Amino acid sequence: MKFLVCISNVPDTTTKIAFTPDNKEFNKAGVQFVINPWDEYALTRAIELKEAAGSGTVTVLNVGEADTEPNIRKALAIGADDAIRVNAAPQDAYFVAEQIAAVAKEGGYDVILMGKESIDYNGFQVHGMVGEMLGIPTVAPAMKLDLSGNTATLEREIEGGKEIVTVNTPFVASCQQPMCEPRIPNMRGIMTARTKPLKVIPPVGEPARTTVAEYALPPKKQGVKLIPAENAGDLIKLLRNEAKVI
Amino acid sequence: MSVLVVVECAEGEVKKSSLEVASYGAQVAAQLGTTATAIAVGGATEANLASLGEQGITKVLYDAEPRLKEFSNNAYTKLIATAAEQEQATIIVLANSNIGAAVGSRLSVRLKASLATNVVELPKTDGGQFVVKRGAFSGKAFSNVVLSGDRKIIAVKKNSTEARHEAGKIAEVVSFSAQLSDADFADAPTKVVMQEQAGGVLLPEAELVVSGGRGMKGPENWGLIEDLAKALGAATACSKPVSDVDWRPHHEHVGQTGITVSPNLYIACGISGAIQHLAGVNSSKVIVVINKDPEAPFFKAADYGIVGDVFEVLPKLTAAVKELN
Ligand SMILES: Cc1cc2nc3c(=O)[nH]c(=O)nc-3n(C[C@H](O)[C@H](O)[C@H](O)COP(=O)(O)OP(=O)(O)OC[C@H]3O[C@@H](n4cnc5c(N)ncnc54)[C@H](O)[C@@H]3O)c2cc1C
Repeated sequence: MKFLVCISNVPDTTTKIAFTPDNKEFNKAGVQFVINPWDEYALTRAIELKEAAGSGTVTVLNVGEADTEPNIRKALAIGADDAIRVNAAPQDAYFVAEQIAAVAKEGGYDVILMGKESIDYNGFQVHGMVGEMLGIPTVAPAMKLDLSGNTATLEREIEGGKEIVTVNTPFVASCQQPMCEPRIPNMRGIMTARTKPLKVIPPVGEPARTTVAEYALPPKKQGVKLIPAENAGDLIKLLRNEAKVI
Repeated sequence: MSVLVVVECAEGEVKKSSLEVASYGAQVAAQLGTTATAIAVGGATEANLASLGEQGITKVLYDAEPRLKEFSNNAYTKLIATAAEQEQATIIVLANSNIGAAVGSRLSVRLKASLATNVVELPKTDGGQFVVKRGAFSGKAFSNVVLSGDRKIIAVKKNSTEARHEAGKIAEVVSFSAQLSDADFADAPTKVVMQEQAGGVLLPEAELVVSGGRGMKGPENWGLIEDLAKALGAATACSKPVSDVDWRPHHEHVGQTGITVSPNLYIACGISGAIQHLAGVNSSKVIVVINKDPEAPFFKAADYGIVGDVFEVLPKLTAAVKELN
């Protein structure tokens, strides 16, 4: 089984979001970038399935500029066998999907995994686009993934429940908890990651279909109105008469 | 040129989020000087579909194929693409749900359309550009995105736009067939399992949410959360560590790595307000925080707060709600 795991490079979850003065770009100054937390489920599950089968390969793919390489090496340290970086700034979901589809086609991957969405752009788009470009099924968002031969059984989250879905390889799944316990690199992994192959290739395809005109921060709260604990019941009156939400 | 709206139905009824989507679509149609047609998925009664007229829909396409009751991304994509071609739709509006957004992403490739998910406002179409505002950075920011090309797909975030309502208006329900075959349903679920809902309110669709954190001390104390939720008709939720240790099921976990909610009211009980938690809830219209620590960061993001012990405060709130009703 050949696994392709797509990872994106995102600001650490504790990042206070700020933009450049013209509000056109995310301000990267002083920000630490990590592997997108959802992608960690995809990566660990691929490694687990490869280990369980006793054969196969896990390739990580990132669309990004050279500054993403530390996180690609981290994915190799966690247990991926090799890596591909498409050397381009990710412009939009469509552009990224084109890159992934091209790599997947070229490499003949059986299982294409990624996180549910990236925590920076929150698209929840790439999985479906890749599936449609390749003409194969997509299961998103998947909470569980098992393989038996060429058949995969997945749990897909729906509002208020889940669906059990069975598909044959090749397919695309976007992953989320509780699929597995994401692994962290150990010392041996970090050592071997240094010499694992990382191929850098140029981007392909059409230009992006969407562009960000401007970013904005949410409006600030007015400040909290405190109600003494003894008179907790007054809160309910305020919610009815002042906030008018109940 | 027209607007096509995808309405999700369950148990015969149009979902609340899809009523919002229908009014959003009708308003976009009005902006562009055209009409909005709906295509229904998931099985609804004809009367419920006809009443989409109240949201401003003029026509509803309905494919009676029984397998469309369950979600199949392949089949839904083909259904909606066929309807879009027939109606010459240039704008397609869906819910930003696990159905709507999933099918929207496939559709964007099939129909060569530009796509924006998680959209929170009506588009701005002045100046020759088509710009939508969408949530980004896990609720910590917004981005205004220019959609290019002749066709555009918009997935609208729940509870971010209001469902309009003009009582008594009726849409024409027209039967429609996308000629779906067995092969189109290859990715259909073999089984669907719905959760038990405390009080029957689904968290992703809820207008009111009562949420508990580690300050609740243990699963045995969740009765306090559930009592208040029940009295209010609210859904229950929790912080990540609470679902990590299985005090509560994973699907109740809200935040950056859980689900994002934007109810009218979010009541946080014994939750500190870590940045990752806030990301999932800070688009709630009104936030109430109950925490015994006056320094808890959540108070900075709150509209109302009580500095106090949840075990004393919660029963008082529940009693006050019961008194009010
Ligand atoms: C990559 C990453 C992703 C994450 N994603 C999420 C996410 O999606 N969602 C999420 O929630 N967290 C997430 N977290 C975790 C987050 O950082 C916090 O650890 C978590 O939100 C804390 O949960 P809590 O507020 O329930 O617990 P705590 O931080 O332990 O807070 C408990 C609070 O309860 C109060 N309290 C205690 N007893 C009482 C009492 N008797 N009465 C009143 N108040 C009381 C305390 O004062 C305290 O403020 C993430 C972390 C990381 C690193």
